[in-house]
Amino acid sequence: MHAENEIHFRDAAAKALQDPQLRANFRRAMDGLITKRKAQFPDPRDLQDLRDLSTAIRSRSLLCLPELLEQLEASCSKNGIKVHWAETCEQANELILGLLQARGAKTMVKGKSMVSEEMHLNAFLEKHGIEALESDLGEYIIQLDGETPSHIIMPAIHKNKDQIARQFSQKIKDAKYTEDVDELTAMARKVLREKFLNADAGLSGVNFAVAETGTLCLVENEGNGRMSTHVPPIHIAVMGLEKVVARLEDVAPLYSILTRSATGQAVSTYFNLITGPRGAEEKDGPQEVHLVILDNGRSRIYADPQLRATLRCIRCGACMNHCPVYTRVGGHAYEAIYPGPIGKILTPQMEGVGVRHDLIHGSSLCGACGEVCPVEIPIPEILVRLRREATHEDLGSKVAGKGTGRTATEDWAWRLWAGVIKRPGLYRVATWFATRFGKALPANAPLIRNWTQSRTKPVPARRSLSERMRAEGVPHE
Amino acid sequence: MSDPRTAILGRLRASGDSGPLPDLDTAVLERRQWPAAQRPAQLRKGMEAVHTEFLEATPADWPAVVRAFCEREGLKNLLYGPASEAGAALAAAWPVGGPALKPYDRPVEAFKEELFNGVDAGFTGTVGGVAETGGLLLMPGPAEPRLMSLVPPIHIALLRASTIHDTFWSAVKALGWGRSLPPNALMISGPSKTADIEQTLAYGVHGPKRLIVVLVDDLA
Repeated sequence: MHAENEIHFRDAAAKALQDPQLRANFRRAMDGLITKRKAQFPDPRDLQDLRDLSTAIRSRSLLCLPELLEQLEASCSKNGIKVHWAETCEQANELILGLLQARGAKTMVKGKSMVSEEMHLNAFLEKHGIEALESDLGEYIIQLDGETPSHIIMPAIHKNKDQIARQFSQKIKDAKYTEDVDELTAMARKVLREKFLNADAGLSGVNFAVAETGTLCLVENEGNGRMSTHVPPIHIAVMGLEKVVARLEDVAPLYSILTRSATGQAVSTYFNLITGPRGAEEKDGPQEVHLVILDNGRSRIYADPQLRATLRCIRCGACMNHCPVYTRVGGHAYEAIYPGPIGKILTPQMEGVGVRHDLIHGSSLCGACGEVCPVEIPIPEILVRLRREATHEDLGSKVAGKGTGRTATEDWAWRLWAGVIKRPGLYRVATWFATRFGKALPANAPLIRNWTQSRTKPVPARRSLSERMRAEGVPHE
Repeated sequence: MSDPRTAILGRLRASGDSGPLPDLDTAVLERRQWPAAQRPAQLRKGMEAVHTEFLEATPADWPAVVRAFCEREGLKNLLYGPASEAGAALAAAWPVGGPALKPYDRPVEAFKEELFNGVDAGFTGTVGGVAETGGLLLMPGPAEPRLMSLVPPIHIALLRASTIHDTFWSAVKALGWGRSLPPNALMISGPSKTADIEQTLAYGVHGPKRLIVVLVDDLA
């Protein structure tokens, strides 16, 4: 039966749909991103070839995942990067806290990292008296308001300029009110430069980790990633265990398709390759670099040959940019770290298909996400599979919370259906009644209402097909 | 209970269906090629689109071009790496008076405050460029520390036209980056930027506000 702590995407979505400002903010942003991405792929053959290559690279990486992770660990160790492993977010948080406390660190600047969002690292560190400051402009904006990202690439996309102008004038010391984007950006620069200069530690995510060379690749435009990883004396990188690829050569096409799919940029401002802490003769760079490899349910997803495709994701966000549902309700309605289509398949697999039953069904299965995905993750097929897993515990899978998404109503309806369809006499009687009296059924009757509140009530034919065939003498039995 | 590493790797191995690895067809990357003479223009197109500025120079006059830029912009000083090839050549040709050359020759700990608040521009060399998208390849190190191209508000980079590759992919192979890398290497395509406020582009958010490429024509 329904999990007790079930979250209702439908309710949150309905609320978001009533907010014209939110809808305008998302519509404008998503239209912009769709147009820019399209301009980056003028040749459909090039696009398909690049998708095929990227998919093959990610699939190969996953096929050799345990070996590549071991190789990555060995290469990093050789380069002086200390590697740590965490099965859960709690373990990862404790690990990072330990590293910071051992060095007496009180302040940490952060480059953008979705894995650290997954861990709720900021709140955890604050609780232990360590300031964790987001330095990506979008992340900084939402941190000022205590919000979570509404998009994995553009975390503050739900806010418009006026909202940010008001926020800055209220929350930044000595800030004057301005709606000029350059001036707003300059204000954040001033605050954060001071923080970079004095931070005791820096934290970042990882876009790709290269097993052969022991290199952590970071993609960014602002320079806050480089600031966070090169200025403070210690750099801690966190990554999901799926981020590893075999060779640096493999990273080139992935990087190319990532920036083009994500923001419609041919290339990002910075592509930063970190292969070690400050060298013997070097004058800057962190004294220590640590890499935390997080599982948090990924190894369970990995165990399933079909669902494993979820781990090919390179976090470009193209699926959300093109999703008709996401565009209308925005990221917060999902009440998940990863919103949009990728979130709809990732979150239920991490948190349980019963608890996040709402997400698996919050899709029209239009297929846009699968069509734009640079690594060809069959998101619609996986959604259908998870819907089945949510109501069956006997499919032989390892899906989290399998079978816990059944509802009493649905169960009852299927049992009734099975009872009728298995008895030809009863079935004939039922169809006779349905065809004669279906029209009289009020559109707001219970159950029917869920369908008819936004659609016309279907009117059944006056006679069933088999009745008509019999009447017209068509041989059919 | 086993340690996290053993447990994670154990679970991954238990899934152990190591099917055949799919082939990698890199034709789409190989198609992206330009004759050497066209690469500088292709690189400029990509980088100028994201507000990078270019200064044309010859193998002989580039130090004078850098100097003229500093004077024109009224810069008080220019941070450089005295032990680097480009830095040494610049210093050798730098007239006394006017904008001062400031060497980055000690650990950042003794230099942080000044680096953040007292430097007008940083000058670095490059190890190459990328024509396809536009981009500079840098390998910071002892002679040219990492923060030179990041902290000062203006970054001036020296790029020789003959070192421009077709793509990032071909550059990685040609430079041997796939075999071994220094602690830091990077590609830069323009000044620091953001579009986090209403998708409106703003330059100079955390890193340099301006990127100036001194493009040396050494193809003849």
